[in-house]
Amino acid sequence: MNPVPPLAKVGAKATAKASEVVAYVNARLLDPASGLDCRGALVTEGPRIAELGPEVLADGTPEGLSVVDCEGHCLAPGLVDMRVHLREPGEEHKETIQTASWAAAAGGVTTLVALPNTEPVIDDVAGVEFVARRARDVKLVKVFTYGSVTRGAEGKELTELGLLSEYGAVAFTDGLTAVADANVMRRALSYARTFDLVIAQQPQEPALAQGVMNEGQLATRLGLAGSPAAAEVIMVERDLRLVELTGGRYHAANISTQAAIARIAEAKARGLRVTCDTAPHYFTLNENAVGDYRTFAKVSPPLRSESDRRAVAEAVADGTIDSIASDHSPHDQDSKRLPFHLADFGIVGLESLLPLSLELVHKGEMALLDLLACLTFRPAEICGLTAGRLAQGCAADLVLFDLERPWRLDPDAFRSKSKNSPFDDHPVQGRVLRTIVDGRTIYQADA
Amino acid sequence: MSARPEPLLKTGFPHRHLLGTEGLSAAEITFLLDRADSYVEVNRQADKKSAVLRGRTVINLFFESSTRTRTSFELAGKRLGADVINMSVAWSSIKKGETLIDTAMTLNAMHPDVLVVRHPDSGASKLLSEKVTCAVINAGDGSHEHPTQALLDALTIRRRRGSLAGLTVAICGDVLHSRVARSNIHLLNTMGARVRVIAPPTLLPAEVERLGVESFFDMRRGLEGCDIVMMLRLQTERMQGSFVPSIREYFRFFGLDRDKLTAAKPDALIMHPGPMNRGVEIDSEVADDIDRSVIREQVEMGVAVRMACLETLSRDWHGVGQGGNGGGAQ
Repeated sequence: MNPVPPLAKVGAKATAKASEVVAYVNARLLDPASGLDCRGALVTEGPRIAELGPEVLADGTPEGLSVVDCEGHCLAPGLVDMRVHLREPGEEHKETIQTASWAAAAGGVTTLVALPNTEPVIDDVAGVEFVARRARDVKLVKVFTYGSVTRGAEGKELTELGLLSEYGAVAFTDGLTAVADANVMRRALSYARTFDLVIAQQPQEPALAQGVMNEGQLATRLGLAGSPAAAEVIMVERDLRLVELTGGRYHAANISTQAAIARIAEAKARGLRVTCDTAPHYFTLNENAVGDYRTFAKVSPPLRSESDRRAVAEAVADGTIDSIASDHSPHDQDSKRLPFHLADFGIVGLESLLPLSLELVHKGEMALLDLLACLTFRPAEICGLTAGRLAQGCAADLVLFDLERPWRLDPDAFRSKSKNSPFDDHPVQGRVLRTIVDGRTIYQADA
Repeated sequence: MSARPEPLLKTGFPHRHLLGTEGLSAAEITFLLDRADSYVEVNRQADKKSAVLRGRTVINLFFESSTRTRTSFELAGKRLGADVINMSVAWSSIKKGETLIDTAMTLNAMHPDVLVVRHPDSGASKLLSEKVTCAVINAGDGSHEHPTQALLDALTIRRRRGSLAGLTVAICGDVLHSRVARSNIHLLNTMGARVRVIAPPTLLPAEVERLGVESFFDMRRGLEGCDIVMMLRLQTERMQGSFVPSIREYFRFFGLDRDKLTAAKPDALIMHPGPMNRGVEIDSEVADDIDRSVIREQVEMGVAVRMACLETLSRDWHGVGQGGNGGGAQ
């Protein structure tokens, strides 16, 4: 089995007794849903938040209470990551639900939503139940799954959206591939209305998006096939028309271009039920990261131009982009140490999600609470989950992090089974100290 | 063309053809239902035959396979004493358009009194009616209309409930492809019933609300307080991931079973135009419930309704002008 890296204790406390009461004192409480940002304490009782606020335990803590001194650090809702490739079933040499859960815990992620592009594709009730059962066995973070929109994610026949959602699929997507056939997409959006479900799509016009990096000067110099930015906005525009036609709910994933952001902003202004997300690499890196044929920076959609990168960062800051997801895409060395056009697409992201996102705050581009909204209750709402809130009675899913601590990302120390990150030695600020799920600490960083 | 012709005979039905229920008035529908009602008792007697249509010729011209509708028209014609000819045309072996008109002209030269037409293309009966000098009854054209089905449904309801006015009727299932649904929507609205359609959005036609119905995606909510539950047949080829993902998912959310039926009124009647897909759109337990299901009664009313229609439309038109193209439906 994959050994736990010695650097931190994972799963230190296996279980919390049902009625165990823990007081987190001396914390900076942050709840983006309500706008709460204050010094205070939070008390969990069993799996729930019992109370929180500046006055809680202000007169000292009673005897017999487990106390965690937060030393003034940030205590926020655990992160909700709405795009994670678990690779199980089918590619367990790249990642498993166990190792992904460790990585999530270390990254402060308490709820993750798995993409259905496994082998086999999660397109039936048995697949949804498999993920749920494995997650129960692992018993670390909360694992939900998408169902695929079409059988085998082949873009032809609709899956049993109603039954899959009854069995726990939270939303639907064909994952890496967009539903190419407009009539199939129309029917998916239309049929999903029966159950008020979200159809999510990574919008890339498949015939256009066949390159391996962003189309442009750099691709020309490197002699690599490019995918134009237009491949994204063409699909976004088509999908938005279909949303208008059907009245369906639509989520555009991994948005990477200025043009697509502009279209989505317009659609939102017109009142369409549209949301979108991006991943940290789209506002942290531009296409230059693949210079020198760096396959670890090969992602789909590709890293774009600097002006696109800036537009993505601005759209996160102004709220046009609703959510930041890690798009955690683990690949083993053999899938990446290849000539550029043969290497797999993808970056591991669970353990760099928070520090990379915090860069937007440290650079002064947005407020901390607004950023946390993109990482907590907003993605939860899109997926119909109640997670991501710091409020009385909510699940005690928490992350304690040091907002200021500078460090360098080190993919070799990642708990994920795969280390394919272009952020080797990347300086960041802000570090997860402790991750709590249902009141029990599942991760604690060494001091 | 626009003005309805003056009543030609002393009947309450001034139309030459019966192409649809859209545009028929409440009085005209009531006239046909009253006539049909009088035939119900006749059909229950040992001697069912009369000579009302002796010497008249009815041709059943079916471009689409059908057993029950064709048999129903054939019996209706024969019980009234007409000569009935069945013509089944294997549509796949024929070129469209021109041949339909050729067929019509050929048959017309044989001087039939009524042509009963079923065709897989919407509007085919209308086209045919423009080319012949006899009356045309639309026995189903594509996804457009099937007026005698709506009339027999109305007769079934009226005999059970006394009147159609004020009833809430839910039409459930593949409304998109259903001519039965369209004919029922028009007729029921005209007669003062409230109509709902219940289906996943993929099986509802665009702007169906403009036809005067309320649409529901949730079957239980749609059935709440309904007096009549009309189920529609779902074609197998539409269940494999195109319009709905699978049979089991369709049955789970849109199949009529005991549980969903509890949302409707306790004495709500269950109807189905047949043939039923048991376990797809309807559970056998419900379909065979003798207290609720009137599905077999619908078949019985079908013969009576078709007798009324044949009788009404095979009047002597000679000498009263040829212009009357005004079937109820356009």
